[in-house]
Amino acid sequence: MTDKRINDFVLKIGTVNGTGSASANSLLMKAMFRMGIPVTGKNLFPSNIQGLPTWYEIRANHQGYMSRSGRVDVMVAMNAQTYQRDLEDVSAGGFLIYDSTWPRERQLVRDDITVLGVPLAKLCNEHFSDARVRILMKNIAYVGALAALLDIDTKILRSLLEEAFASKPKLVESNLEAINLGFNYAMENFTCPLPVHAETMGDNEGYVLIDGNAAAGLGCVYAGATVGAWYPITPSTSLMDSFDYYCSMFRKDVDSGEKNYCIIQAEDELAAAGIVLGANWTGARAFTPTSGPGISLMSEFIGFAYYAEIPSVFFDVQRVGPSTGMPTRTQQCDIMLCAYASHGDTMHPLLLPANPKECFEMAVEAFDLAERLQTPLFVLSDLDIGMNDWMIPELEWDDNYQPDRGKLLSSDDVDQLEKFYRYLDVDGDGIAARTLPGENAKGAYFVRGSGHNKHGAYTESSEEYTELVDRLVTKWQTAKSLVPKPVLKPAQQATSIGIIAYGSSDGAVVEALDQLVEDGIHADYMRVRAFPFNGEVSEFVKNHEKVFVVEQNRDAQLRSLLILETNTDAAKLIPVLHYNGMPIPSQCVVEGLCEYLKAEAVA
Amino acid sequence: MTFIAKPRIDLPGQRTNEIGLYRRDYEGVLSTLCAGCGHDSITAAIVQAFWEMSIPPEKVVKLSGIGCSSKTPAYFISGAHGFNSVHGRMPSVATGAMAGNRDLVCIGVSGDGDSLSIGFGQFGHAVRRNVNMLYIIENNGVYGLTKGQFSASADKGSKSKKGSINQWKNIDSVSTALSMGGSFAARSFSGDREQLVTLIKAGVKHPGCAVLEVVSPCVTFNNHQGSTKSYSYTRDHYHPASQTDFIPPATEIKATYAEGESTIVELHDGSKLLLKKTDEGYDATNRSRVLRYLEQQRARGEVVTGLLFINGELPEMHQIYGTSHTPLKDIGFEKLNPGSEVLAKLQSRMR
Repeated sequence: MTDKRINDFVLKIGTVNGTGSASANSLLMKAMFRMGIPVTGKNLFPSNIQGLPTWYEIRANHQGYMSRSGRVDVMVAMNAQTYQRDLEDVSAGGFLIYDSTWPRERQLVRDDITVLGVPLAKLCNEHFSDARVRILMKNIAYVGALAALLDIDTKILRSLLEEAFASKPKLVESNLEAINLGFNYAMENFTCPLPVHAETMGDNEGYVLIDGNAAAGLGCVYAGATVGAWYPITPSTSLMDSFDYYCSMFRKDVDSGEKNYCIIQAEDELAAAGIVLGANWTGARAFTPTSGPGISLMSEFIGFAYYAEIPSVFFDVQRVGPSTGMPTRTQQCDIMLCAYASHGDTMHPLLLPANPKECFEMAVEAFDLAERLQTPLFVLSDLDIGMNDWMIPELEWDDNYQPDRGKLLSSDDVDQLEKFYRYLDVDGDGIAARTLPGENAKGAYFVRGSGHNKHGAYTESSEEYTELVDRLVTKWQTAKSLVPKPVLKPAQQATSIGIIAYGSSDGAVVEALDQLVEDGIHADYMRVRAFPFNGEVSEFVKNHEKVFVVEQNRDAQLRSLLILETNTDAAKLIPVLHYNGMPIPSQCVVEGLCEYLKAEAVA
Repeated sequence: MTFIAKPRIDLPGQRTNEIGLYRRDYEGVLSTLCAGCGHDSITAAIVQAFWEMSIPPEKVVKLSGIGCSSKTPAYFISGAHGFNSVHGRMPSVATGAMAGNRDLVCIGVSGDGDSLSIGFGQFGHAVRRNVNMLYIIENNGVYGLTKGQFSASADKGSKSKKGSINQWKNIDSVSTALSMGGSFAARSFSGDREQLVTLIKAGVKHPGCAVLEVVSPCVTFNNHQGSTKSYSYTRDHYHPASQTDFIPPATEIKATYAEGESTIVELHDGSKLLLKKTDEGYDATNRSRVLRYLEQQRARGEVVTGLLFINGELPEMHQIYGTSHTPLKDIGFEKLNPGSEVLAKLQSRMR
């Protein structure tokens, strides 16, 4: 007997990639969104163009939990290749829906779940004549069946279709026919709705559905970035696609058609980094989106930009490493690489967005901080944030915002000076003023990755070298006060247990906290949003007896950074790790804490 | 050491150019290269060409990679911003610089190791994008700073200072640039100041990526008997395929040439290049014939020089992309930012 689960279930759809199921899945998710139910969609896809298994997982949760739950309440198995695996994935009491045009009753046996066959291909073949249409409509037909089984509002489905195909009304009709095929079959053959179903609970006013890469690309447009250089790499590609898309909407001169931006697809990531440095050096805001392998290749230029102090923005949408790893799976595995990328003594500020809203906001902040600090700066997103669909509060923009160009001298400013020296720290904050090429010969300086002194001249003098690299440490201290502060979620009662996490691990921790309270475990939670760590982070570690560090990599990289940079006792920091490539579920955090605390109690 | 400032000596009778600057205003710090290095002659030619063209120093950016050649931007035009990048990556930085500010006059100085080995890919792609810059490759066939290894431009059969014979076929920058679809390819010799100055001017004025290879002997590691990049070998095999005159805008062409002996190429700013043919039938506008000619001469061991190919009509990077004529760095933020209303409207479609 299945418990009633209203607005609290996971719907997973298994298809073959390249068959057009994405629009069907998006239709389902958007319909539930418009019913006011908090939803998230995770695309679990192969590194392949056509023919391999792919899944889309929608979690509907009235409490607003965003992470993977680890459950599957309703499975739509559209791919015979994965029937067995999909069957096993369904949680006890759940449902499996499959295309019974080719009956598989003997194969699909499990006592603790319900298998429902809908002859989707047969229905579509009888109704539609075109071969390609039949395949596409099969996907839309399962949307119809689910609308009946899960009680999804068909009026909303209709208006979504009308909006999507506003210019092609014929398609609206054929899609609606397909929805009806599935809907009517389900209504006639099963008891609808299932105990697991949706129920209108509002309209999610003030919220939008967006992925992190789209939001970050939009953030770059709003930040006033004009030059984007990149080499295509999963999962960062859609970030540049987004920048390109919004630029083509908002950055083309109405009269001349000229572009107020320049996107250069480089020959490799090394060149992409070089282009970013060159453009920022001449005063254009420039960035590159990439993933771990790209950072490896860019490292020489990153060290150069650190030492020569060239503002530059790097988006690392992390994926599973090492090496090529699993390009379509998620991890938080580059934090250590980015923090100290390149040879020699180097360290770089990192911004750590936890959702698409922060991707947008931190994209803007990244350009300001990079120019303020005159250094390469990383925005560390990941595949889960970047490529999955998140429900977030609407993005906001303050029209009074002006970009912070940092200590940038105009030609007139330079004229006021007796002499201009590029690397002279006048203010004592470790940041020297810069000038732009093309403006004033008096402000000319020579950028070099070789030894240079505070006047900008080449040097091999030990004293001059040391003076300069020590000044960079002063700048690093300044950075601590400028980067975004962590977010603290205190426990309901005083506790000696702390949790630290960042980025896409946030959702799992937030949900786990509530579950832990039910087990009598209270924990203060600090979500770190930047590196270098601000004083609040050190204080948090100091003020707790045990701090669980939750992250998505094998080697506990954030924990290592905390040990290195907060001068803390390593034994205090307990790793909670998840690194199989799937987004971290809350149960990983719950189990991580419970097991440790139980073992400790026994000892 | 590159930080040694040159003493500024005012000589009586010094002339100023059209913008009132002296030649010394186009110089940089004192060179630390070996006495007699071909690179210093190239630096001197750059100084002369930029002075004669009256280009404001602050409008110039000078970039380089790593190596002896890449040290030289410090030795000319001290009023220009300079960028000594990482090994083989000057082209990408130049591409970015020109993306950010298309009004700059960009000169990239590289070497045979920097452009034909470690930076071969970036060299090719700068040519392919036709980035508006003068791209000088100072070619000495050898790695000087690491003491005399062959570079990718060393000719097969050439002898190293230590006596070993190069077994590998050389990469020729000029024919490479041509086969990449380049719009301008020239070769000169550091010992031919007159030709070099003219080709630098032509390259600066050319609206696209002007590749200028300059054979520039390394006096310390590659100037011995048996080397094919020595002063004496280059002089013996020096073979100008065409002679070029640079004629500034609004200047009358005074000399007269018999028809068929010369071609006039007009550049976008009104300056003209007068190509006088020295080899029978040489046509610097015919890519396939130039390539065939270069291959023939290479087989004979000749060092072919001159403006070897030009097509001033090929669009440069910004023309291809359709970028704003206002440099991107100068576009006001209000034009770049769509504002809060647009953001709200945009999001109504994300529900």
